[in-house]
Amino acid sequence: MNLSFFDQFTSPSLLGIPLILLAMLFPALLIPMPDNRWITNRFSTLQSWFFHLITKQLMMPLNKNGHKWALILTSLMAFLLMINLLGLLPYTFTPTTQLSMNMALAFPLWLATLLMGLRNQPSISLGHLLPEGTPTPLIPALILIETTSLLIRPLALGVRLTANLTAGHLLIQLISTATTTLLPIIPSVSLLTALILLLLTILEVAVAMIQAYVFVLLLSLYLQENI
Amino acid sequence: GPLSERRLMDVRLGELPAWLATCDFSPQGLLGGVQKAWSNYYDKYINVKRGGPAGISMLLAGYCLLSYGWNYQHISKISFLVSV
Repeated sequence: MNLSFFDQFTSPSLLGIPLILLAMLFPALLIPMPDNRWITNRFSTLQSWFFHLITKQLMMPLNKNGHKWALILTSLMAFLLMINLLGLLPYTFTPTTQLSMNMALAFPLWLATLLMGLRNQPSISLGHLLPEGTPTPLIPALILIETTSLLIRPLALGVRLTANLTAGHLLIQLISTATTTLLPIIPSVSLLTALILLLLTILEVAVAMIQAYVFVLLLSLYLQENI
Repeated sequence: GPLSERRLMDVRLGELPAWLATCDFSPQGLLGGVQKAWSNYYDKYINVKRGGPAGISMLLAGYCLLSYGWNYQHISKISFLVSV
């Protein structure tokens, strides 16, 4: 019954406490608070280096006003990165496979950038709806198209993250099922499938990191237009 | 030292009920206990001068085990002998 492959995406719970709670709180343990020492332990040093790298990358194209968003964007990036990577460990649950969570992250942040733009610089924000140099007869159509593309951004952000992670996990499950089923029948083909599984796992690690980065990068781009 | 101030690892097996009686089981007490346990673990295995992957790996392995236990009921229903 193929339906059982989708069972991995139901939110499991024990004694009424959903596993998603543990999965969302656990990354907090992996990001230690820096204590007031000059030379911290290796783990903290590595993490501070990494977060400085991310923050610098994200904040470079933004102006001074945009730097107020540094904390939320960096913490969002750290959160998504940790959650995606932890989801690749066996038996763990990935909260970002749930569309509800990704929409809850994408929609308010996108709306915040939009409202800030409309409030502080309304004509410039509305001006983004019409690219420069369009021929005059095309203007109404183009405005409609650009408005649609603007309004579809939060949906795209949420669904992109959900679909990428869900598809990856599903592929891993399918190919590993194929490997174990083929093992008693044709071991050589099973070995080939195991090789594919290895490559797929490496891809999934990359996808986990890239998707987190893309999510935050796009939000910073939307911020750039509107701030 | 006195029983209430010793850590769990230093309490002998026979003294365990007495030690449990001195514990604070209110929400603040439990939270304080969890925080103490975490900082003891962190200071012993991660916050060291020449740490390696061991401290974090133990933590991740514990997380995997906990997740397994959490969805045991769900996982145990999957039968591996079902053919498509």
